Amino acid sequence: MAIPFSYTAKNLLARRLTTLLTAGGMALVVFVFATVLMLQEGLRKTLVETGSPDNVVVTRRSSGTEVQSGVDRTQAGVVESQPEIALGADAQPMLSKETVVLITLPKRGADSPANVVIRGIGGKGKALRPQVRIVQGRMFKPGSAEIVAGSSIADRFEGANLGDNLRFAMRDWTVVGVFDADKTGFDSEIWGDADQLMQSFRRPVYSSIILQLNDMSRFDSLKTRLEGDPRLTVEAKRESVFYAEQSEVLANFIGYLGLTLSVIFSIGATIGAMITMYASVANRTAEIGTLRALGFRSRSILTVFLAESLLLGLVGGAIGLFFASFMQLLTISTMNWQSFAELAFSFTLNPAIVAKSLAFALFMGLIGGFLPAMQAARMNIVDSLRAP
Amino acid sequence: MYFAKLILRNALRHKLRTGLTVLGIFVAILAFGLLRTVIEAWYAGAESASSTRLITRNSISLVFPLPITYQEKIRQLEGVSRVTHANWFGGVYVSEKNFFPQFAVDISSYFDLYPEYLIPPEQMKALVLDRKGCVVGRKLAETYGLSIGDVVPLRGTIYPGNWEFVVRAIYDGKEAKTDTSQFFFRWDYLNETLKKTVPRRANTVGVLVVGVRDADQVARVAAEIDRTFANSLAETLTETEKAFQLGFVAMTEAIVVAIRIVSFLVIFIIMAVMANTMAMTARERMPEYATMKALGFGPFSVVILIFGESLAIAMGGAGLGMLATPPVAHWFAAKIGTLFPVFDVSRETFAMQAAAAIVVGAIAALLPGYRAARVRIVDGLRNIG
Repeated sequence: MAIPFSYTAKNLLARRLTTLLTAGGMALVVFVFATVLMLQEGLRKTLVETGSPDNVVVTRRSSGTEVQSGVDRTQAGVVESQPEIALGADAQPMLSKETVVLITLPKRGADSPANVVIRGIGGKGKALRPQVRIVQGRMFKPGSAEIVAGSSIADRFEGANLGDNLRFAMRDWTVVGVFDADKTGFDSEIWGDADQLMQSFRRPVYSSIILQLNDMSRFDSLKTRLEGDPRLTVEAKRESVFYAEQSEVLANFIGYLGLTLSVIFSIGATIGAMITMYASVANRTAEIGTLRALGFRSRSILTVFLAESLLLGLVGGAIGLFFASFMQLLTISTMNWQSFAELAFSFTLNPAIVAKSLAFALFMGLIGGFLPAMQAARMNIVDSLRAP
Repeated sequence: MYFAKLILRNALRHKLRTGLTVLGIFVAILAFGLLRTVIEAWYAGAESASSTRLITRNSISLVFPLPITYQEKIRQLEGVSRVTHANWFGGVYVSEKNFFPQFAVDISSYFDLYPEYLIPPEQMKALVLDRKGCVVGRKLAETYGLSIGDVVPLRGTIYPGNWEFVVRAIYDGKEAKTDTSQFFFRWDYLNETLKKTVPRRANTVGVLVVGVRDADQVARVAAEIDRTFANSLAETLTETEKAFQLGFVAMTEAIVVAIRIVSFLVIFIIMAVMANTMAMTARERMPEYATMKALGFGPFSVVILIFGESLAIAMGGAGLGMLATPPVAHWFAAKIGTLFPVFDVSRETFAMQAAAAIVVGAIAALLPGYRAARVRIVDGLRNIG
């Protein structure tokens, strides 16, 4: 026969301070655990969803990032003439020859500058990224010294708001619009006309070529032809893969650091739970004896104490998650080591993270409560009844 | 004396509970020490920067090069003692995981300006004689098992192609904090190759390093360099080496801040565990405290007992944690290779660990101590835990 659940819950309530402290320790661990997962998810969402699977990025072979890449005009022309490229409504190829450079801009409210991506796009550049919408002002006019800023750039950098002037490459550039890219990596970029930017930066080569496939399954034939062409020194990648690779180092770093910390911290919290449960068992020795004498089996005693410990973990997990959910309001910006550019991303909570965090909290409770519960279940009835 | 004995006996009464608490504090203090060391390692580059060296780079950003001719123009300025240059190469050694900084430099002038990199004279001579020669830091050589005469292949990312270098010298650091995880090779090798493959990128450098004769002149020289090249095709931005390095740290500041917050969170977690232990201990011993009071001991004595026990447990765990920090840090540094050029546990870290332990011990004893001091003898004797 099972002992009612209310017995377990009331035991936790009876020692409020101890329950609160133990659950508090676990809550902090779950908070760190959930925050790291949310950060990883936010980074994944930002960078992986930047690329769409039917777009292809062509860069110079083994350059890794667009900034380091260079594709000259002759090679770009060869890429442009491939048959796999989709045609737009105006019967022009859906392809954008882009130039990507970094400039140093001062951050708002801090005197530390950061590297910002300036992307010169071709006529189809915006059409290739359907998630990009102009939210303020208008798109730049091709052939003019006008630029549009991503929403995280406009928020965080000096002189990047609508109507402001930015000076770089010996020219003044007017911000005529602010675009929102639905929390993808483009939000941390400034866009302008590719030819104007190349002229000003005195770069005779494009950085990358973005193109849309007319049929997703024809990627392999395009890749084989481009990379086998002796006139070209390029490599082609699906845009989604390209951006996932950009975030690999940062995502791994956050992942490893977070995992290590969670494991170390959980040792502390598990020990806390163990101490509490041992004390709980020791204080109730006579009670356990009484329960056994009443006819409850040792398995029921084991269940009761395990349930108490699991409940403790659950309470801690719920508190930790509650506070972690507020982290969604924060946006973090840091330099992505691979692209060397500033990247803004936010903490993202999803059901999988909630489930993982609660499972982690219950696991800590289980580990912390197992040994004390075993001790309680193994108690001899007579000895325990004799306990003071 | 009696008190010390009583505190010790009390602490050891519940061996399992005390042992678990000490273990928890040990883990927390160790983690705290390691996290602080990571933060310090982040700033190590800026710490070892010289105050008389300036870095001149293209004002647009580091991605844009400067013409090599700027070197001679800067050399003519007053107060400048030496000028040299460096190009970030960014090559990949075997696979992307093996990251270490690689620079193309003018060997003789560069190492004149960086006296903290020590190269034996005969190795220096071998380096000057071999255009494909390179010099690697001691730590880098140990990480990848490189020795003199080995060939190092690098796959260029910024400078396309497969490059091969021969290790002609290994440099040591003058001090422990000197970064010996770098790789230098001859700029003329890079330049001659570029002249053949990508002529428009030849005769350019990434940054110019300017040695200033007198530390007081640094600000004036920096301003004068930038004024010299104002309104040219490649405007410059000159700052001290320290500011330049701190600029990199600032870019990843969010991560540093996160690690710092987390390093304090671990202390909070263990504070909750420790406070719990002390709360339970004091609750169980309430009758004893009441007995002591009945015998004539004042509330102060009871408080000392509780604080003493709490501090003893906290310091015990912290002492073990501090002892374990250097070997674990050493193991960690060996594991991560050249990601952090310097990874040593500093004196401040030890001080912070000890301070954290004292704070944890004291705060954990606060509430139980207050309760025990306030408890009325009759209530305390009646208490059944």
